[in-house]
Amino acid sequence: MTAQTRSSVAFDSVTVGDIVAERAVTLTRDSLVRYAGASGDFNPIHYRDDIAAEVGLPGVIAHGMLTMGLAVQPVSDWAGDPAAVSDYQVKFTRPVVVDPVSGADVSIAAKVGALDEDAREARIDLTVTFDGATVLGKAQVRVRLA
Amino acid sequence: MNTEIQGKSYPQTAPYAVGREKVREFARAVFSTNPLSDNVEAARAAGHADLVAPPTFPVVIQELTLQQLLADPSAGIDFTRVVHGNQQFTYTRSVIAGDELRATLTVTSVKTLGAHSMVTSETQIVDADDLHVVTAISTLVVRGDE
Repeated sequence: MTAQTRSSVAFDSVTVGDIVAERAVTLTRDSLVRYAGASGDFNPIHYRDDIAAEVGLPGVIAHGMLTMGLAVQPVSDWAGDPAAVSDYQVKFTRPVVVDPVSGADVSIAAKVGALDEDAREARIDLTVTFDGATVLGKAQVRVRLA
Repeated sequence: MNTEIQGKSYPQTAPYAVGREKVREFARAVFSTNPLSDNVEAARAAGHADLVAPPTFPVVIQELTLQQLLADPSAGIDFTRVVHGNQQFTYTRSVIAGDELRATLTVTSVKTLGAHSMVTSETQIVDADDLHVVTAISTLVVRGDE
């Protein structure tokens, strides 16, 4: 059994406003198929252009959960241990349309948004952008620090 | 869709055995490079019993409960018209390879906004000892005709 884990990053070493991680990821249609298989979410809007068009989407879109899943990875790497994450929430504000040829470039920046002295937790705010616009709103990860 | 399903709970899902290769497969799908999700020795050195699943892995278990909701004829949800509105995970602990997890979904709110409906559900995920692991809260938007 595993206990709640804390990051090895010291609480006292971080300041609100610090950028703790940045990353860029290119999603392709292959990424969507791989994620569908790994997650069990086979909604065809994530791999069929005809169905995406039929329901009024601008194209095949990435699973929101794929974007949410990849956006937290830089934070998990910064913390050192994925188990140091105590809470993670996002709002899906804009779809990530994945072009069959060129894919979709997604950028992530992770910044310290707030510090909770009592819990020794940092709230890391994620800015996730695609095509010049933010795709996740209120994307917040709480991390237990040392 | 039917707004009367607010408050409805579905039967607890059958035990889901979290395998190492599933954790690795999911980690690859969300672009994780964290060794704790891939290398058993690294996970053990960090104090875990086995591989640590990425933070959004509980969606695999949550998905099983969402399938109950989407397949429920009394809910009347067209799966291809569903897009994800928001998502939150609140962890008591991380999912670890070797876990046996069961989940129970409750529909907490159904709202209609113009042609669209929004259904919020809460999935409680517990381990083999019936101890809480994570709560997954999801809002699905069912797009109507425009």
